[in-house]
Amino acid sequence: MGRKLLTEHINVPGIQGYEVYRKMGGYASVEKAVKTMKPEEVVEEVKKSGLRGRGGAGFPTGMKWSFLAKPEGVPRYLVCNADESEPGTFKDRYLMSRLPHLLIEGMITSSYALGANTSYIYVRGEYYYVIAILEKAIAEAYAAGWLGKNIQGSGYDLDLYVQPGGGAYICGEETALLESLEGKRGNPRIKPPFPAIAGLYGCPTVVNNVETIAAVVPIVNQGGDAYAAIGIGKSTGTKLISASGHIKKPGIYEIELGVPVEEFIYSDEYCGGILNDKKLKAVVAGGSSVPILPTDLILKTAAGEPRLMTYESLADGGFATGTMLGSGGFIVMDETVSIPKNLWNFTRFYHHESCGQCSPCREGTGWMEKILHKIVDGHGSLEDIDLLWELQRKIEGNTICPLGDAAAWPVASAIRHFRAEFEEYVKHGEKIKDVKYYFHTNNMDPAAAYSSL
Amino acid sequence: MTTEIKFNAETMATVQQIIARYPAGKQKSALLPVLHIAQAEFDGWLSPEVMDYVASILNLQPIEVYEVASFYSMYNLKPVGKCLLEVCRTSSCWLRGAEDVVKHIEKRLGIKEGETTTDGMFTLKTVECLGSCGTAPMLMCGAQFHENLTLEKVDALLDNLRRENKRKTYFDDVVIESY
Ligand SMILES: Cc1cc2nc3c(=O)[nH]c(=O)nc-3n(C[C@H](O)[C@H](O)[C@H](O)COP(=O)(O)O)c2cc1C
Ligand code: SF4
Ligand code: FES
Repeated sequence: MGRKLLTEHINVPGIQGYEVYRKMGGYASVEKAVKTMKPEEVVEEVKKSGLRGRGGAGFPTGMKWSFLAKPEGVPRYLVCNADESEPGTFKDRYLMSRLPHLLIEGMITSSYALGANTSYIYVRGEYYYVIAILEKAIAEAYAAGWLGKNIQGSGYDLDLYVQPGGGAYICGEETALLESLEGKRGNPRIKPPFPAIAGLYGCPTVVNNVETIAAVVPIVNQGGDAYAAIGIGKSTGTKLISASGHIKKPGIYEIELGVPVEEFIYSDEYCGGILNDKKLKAVVAGGSSVPILPTDLILKTAAGEPRLMTYESLADGGFATGTMLGSGGFIVMDETVSIPKNLWNFTRFYHHESCGQCSPCREGTGWMEKILHKIVDGHGSLEDIDLLWELQRKIEGNTICPLGDAAAWPVASAIRHFRAEFEEYVKHGEKIKDVKYYFHTNNMDPAAAYSSL
Repeated sequence: MTTEIKFNAETMATVQQIIARYPAGKQKSALLPVLHIAQAEFDGWLSPEVMDYVASILNLQPIEVYEVASFYSMYNLKPVGKCLLEVCRTSSCWLRGAEDVVKHIEKRLGIKEGETTTDGMFTLKTVECLGSCGTAPMLMCGAQFHENLTLEKVDALLDNLRRENKRKTYFDDVVIESY
């Protein structure tokens, strides 16, 4: 059994409420930080822990914190990214709805480290009930003296607010999130300047994922070194994995980084094997944006080493034969799944969610979606597959924010590893053509669409 | 139903509390939360009149409100039924039978995706991943997530909603399924 740093007490009855949470040792990290540590010392522990951002990019948190500009007389902000919209990812909802005080505790300790006196938790609007849970917990924390003026007599002040989004995946991108928090459309900003210099209202800002902020609690309690002792190499600590798709036990698993992928999929401690004992076909290991891998490459690296659940091992082989840990959204597909159809599903998502600022992303995602629709509808040609390949290459790296890359990678990896299946659709379209109903493409009349291709 | 477009005193106090979360002069930050409130209070959608009203109370130009309302998927710019059924259509749900759920609802209600029943009770919409992939397939109605759906569960839900005959909003209380 792996150690649980975040979810150890998640099933304790009443843990949602302040009393029980406090009794189980809650708010100790705030007490320790504000009473016995300087803000820089908290940052130092986070650096030592090796914690990497859990929102998807895996950037070292301590380093990000140390980049925060500290000009005199200008407020600094900590903004928690609870937009959680990457397909396959549902860990932040679990954490916030079951352990709201853990996030609040992490926000207070982290805000103290950064010298922020006002902090926001930006929650995707569809999680309105989670917002209600958080607001109740925040009110309890104010009442118990953990928020507000002069927290626990330390002289440190903090106000914490929850902000709802309006339904837009792009607002998970940190600069789009800040635009949205300012009451605007979620158009990502051109960087630099980075939020650490000019973020919310033009002030220095740190944006961190829910799970990242929650991890600050055990790091401060036990010390950065103890946290870093868990895991393998630069993948330290524990990670919440959202497991979905064709497995016997979908759900959230807190793993120590380093568990072998094969064990994660097949052991009863985790996913429990493939649903109905079918064969495994493919896995998307870190949310829809990361490359899809076929069975042989997800279980073992190209060099034949067992693949582990770490940032490094999953990325082993680069994009030719590897993938990414990303947000930890682990989507499992059995032998019956049509890869082209799943790709069309993903591509429709990126088209729908593109903010529309850059032409390669706005036009490219729509174009790829149409081509894929045409292929799974049984009207594709071999040239369409090549065109898809060319299109994704022209999007990647040519856009303001990484959503363009995120739309390109699933296409590239699906063609790279499953090209034969696309060719099969193209050559025997009428036979394969899915007679099963499937959702229509946004605002698209298929006949008209194909004639324009 | 014609409602006078004006928040009551209680809602107005809530709006003032929201504005107070931001630094002075940054009341535009209140736009998304206030639009959610407006939508819940004025029949589940944002008419141009409602958006103009929100602009006036936040001291914004109407265009600042329109461009935001049209960007985010949760704001309805057309009337919707009392119960907006938002079925997740993204991969994890698709793998576990979301298509069958949509098809079943279409058949039961005699409408297509995007349409509203003639009695104004239901609108069916497909949406992207709602962060409930481990309990797929799922749909959202008001604030409530309905998870691990089966066609029988969908039938029971539709019957219940019809019996209740209430407008569902994102501010409703919810029952949390264990997962
Ligand atoms: C299109 C897009 C969507 C994103 N969605 C999320 C999200 O839902 N949640 C999140 O924490 N980070 C998301 N990110 C990553 C954020 O931009 C940012 O890197 C992260 O919030 C930083 O926090 P961390 O260092 O704690 O991971 C997204 C990035 C992109 C490009
Ligand atoms: S890459 Fe796409 S989502 Fe990102 S800024 Fe450009 S158009 Fe918007
Ligand atoms: S894919 Fe349906 S909730 Fe995530």
